[in-house]
Amino acid sequence: MNQSAETIISVQNVHKWYGDYHALKGVSMEVKKREVIVIFGPSGSGKSTFIRTINRLEEHQRGKIVVDGIELSHDIRNIEQVRMETGMVFQQFNLFPHLTVMQNITLAPIQVRKWPKQKAEEIAMQLLERVGIPEQAHKYPGQLSGGQQQRVAIARSLAMQPKIMLFDEPTSALDPEMIKEVLDVMIELAKSGMTMLVVTHEMGFARAVADRMFFFDQGQIVESGTPEDIFRNPKEERTELFLSQILSH
Amino acid sequence: MTNLNSALPPLTEQITLLRWLRKNLFGSWYDALLTVLGLWIAYWAVKGFLTWAFTAAKWDVIILNLRLIMIGQYPLEQTGRLWLWLAFLVLLSGSSTGIWARESKYAAVVFLLPGLLALLPFSTEPRVWLVALTAIGLAGWVIGRAKPEILKRGVIAGWVISLPVIILLTHGFSESGTGFWAVAKTTLWGGLLLTFLLTVVAILFSFPLGVLLALGRRSELPIVRWFSVAYIELVRGVPLITILFMAQLMLPLFLPEGLTIDRVLRAMVGITLFSAAYLAENVRGGLQAIPRGQFEAAHALGLNSAQTMVFIILPQALRLIIPILAGQFIAVFKDTALVAIVGLFDLVGIGKTVLAQPDFIGLQREVYAFISLIYWVLSYGMSHLSQRLEERLGVGKR
Ligand SMILES: Nc1ncnc2c1ncn2[C@@H]1O[C@H](COP(=O)(O)OP(=O)(O)OP(=O)(O)O)[C@@H](O)[C@H]1O
Ligand SMILES: [Mg+2]
Repeated sequence: MNQSAETIISVQNVHKWYGDYHALKGVSMEVKKREVIVIFGPSGSGKSTFIRTINRLEEHQRGKIVVDGIELSHDIRNIEQVRMETGMVFQQFNLFPHLTVMQNITLAPIQVRKWPKQKAEEIAMQLLERVGIPEQAHKYPGQLSGGQQQRVAIARSLAMQPKIMLFDEPTSALDPEMIKEVLDVMIELAKSGMTMLVVTHEMGFARAVADRMFFFDQGQIVESGTPEDIFRNPKEERTELFLSQILSH
Repeated sequence: MTNLNSALPPLTEQITLLRWLRKNLFGSWYDALLTVLGLWIAYWAVKGFLTWAFTAAKWDVIILNLRLIMIGQYPLEQTGRLWLWLAFLVLLSGSSTGIWARESKYAAVVFLLPGLLALLPFSTEPRVWLVALTAIGLAGWVIGRAKPEILKRGVIAGWVISLPVIILLTHGFSESGTGFWAVAKTTLWGGLLLTFLLTVVAILFSFPLGVLLALGRRSELPIVRWFSVAYIELVRGVPLITILFMAQLMLPLFLPEGLTIDRVLRAMVGITLFSAAYLAENVRGGLQAIPRGQFEAAHALGLNSAQTMVFIILPQALRLIIPILAGQFIAVFKDTALVAIVGLFDLVGIGKTVLAQPDFIGLQREVYAFISLIYWVLSYGMSHLSQRLEERLGVGKR
């Protein structure tokens, strides 16, 4: 009972087709508040598709997804509600190139949450300090390094004060020397108690903060468990093989 | 002899100039041939034109009809109203230049133009106004530079109301028939005045219409999409002149007895509807160039579709197509000349009436050369403005 009260994301037997292609084949997952989930698996296994169904950037065709007590359906109000409660960070950052860093961060709070501009800017400054780049507030995204852009993207999502943060390979478009600065921000966020779903192959991050890990292959969850379980004694051969491949370099 | 020496550039520059000539104009034997041939053709064309312009041409026809070419039959008594809105526009342009192009110190030079025009053989009243325009433009520029933050809102508001102000002043509102504020019938509007009004109205109204049609074409609602596609394809499939004819000749057939729509208004509507279809396709091109990630990021932040369009997608798409938009607006400006065929007296139409006067028969070259010059100066101005805008908005892109 207590457990179900804490559940913030519930995914039950979700299927997704792209035309004829069956991308998600009955995926189920329960995520509790403050949990950090790491999702990994080979390319094309449906990790992005899965994480994007949670804020309805992709529509699922079968099964049930409930986020913070709101079921995702065709009802546009539910979708908007869920999107207000979930932040998302993309591999390609997707900052708005025509707006300054400050405008990138304050746009949604002002337009969607209807905050006064001054409040939005104050909070934006706090967030920029939290991600370590307050001095970049008035630059345009194109004038920042990849690592800085991704930190702005994180700050932009956090500005909406979401309950859940989704990350889709946030460091895979970055040069190696910038990966750490982004991971550090994410680790700090995880420790602050944010509920996080992270698609990543950064196993150091998983070891440091993940509560549970899910291995995806061919549109299904093959195996899940604590980082301890997964790294020490994976039950499935496919998991073991995949881990040995990505850990070898 | 010493004079000649000092007029030559210093030695190093001479060498670089020679080098430049060699590299760019005489790089190989066919480059050299093309250069010589090009220069020869240019020489004959320019020489022929200049000889004609300064010896044979009878420019009197322009001087005597300048008023007609500028404003058509617009009543003399109310001409002051046109100067008034022109002064208003110049004031807005001046302060806008001061506010938004602060760093370009020479931008104000354009406002000397009216003052220079006053040197031409006008009568006293236009001369006074032209000098006043220069003073107003420069004053606006100085004030705009001095107090940009305070003036910004006012100037934007000024631009927003400028079209209604222009139309109202041009049209007048007193029904008494005489006096400064008397209504000036649209049948009397002509010349550059009419061309200008047709262009401005068509651009300002076709722009939002075109954006809406472009969005409609991408809409998820089938009816909206079909309507947009049908409209765009239908209008793009016919020449503007047929639309103008339909507006002038066929529209009255559909209207109830007694209800007539002003001929100038009909032309404005025709050009607007025509231009909107082309704009829609250009805007669609811009929209397609925006990566999907921009939509996704906006949606993920909770922005709805309308907010995503207004704040994220359209600003980027429109910026991308500024050069194309400028090209299209220039095309609209020049296309308005077609209204001459349906009997309105725009620049070209008034040119024809001037040439129909017995005194000026056979002076086509002078009249059309002058009209072309007006078109060219204004088209070039628009083109120049769009390039400045592009540079300005390019800040921080990429
Ligand atoms: N819009 C789409 N249309 C058609 N097929 C798609 C679409 N998006 C994804 N797919 C297919 O669905 C499958 C799962 O894609 P997904 O992007 O979820 O994989 P992934 O696990 O995130 O892979 P990667 O590690 O490469 O990002 C892939 O085979 C992909 O080709
Ligand atoms: Mg992916």
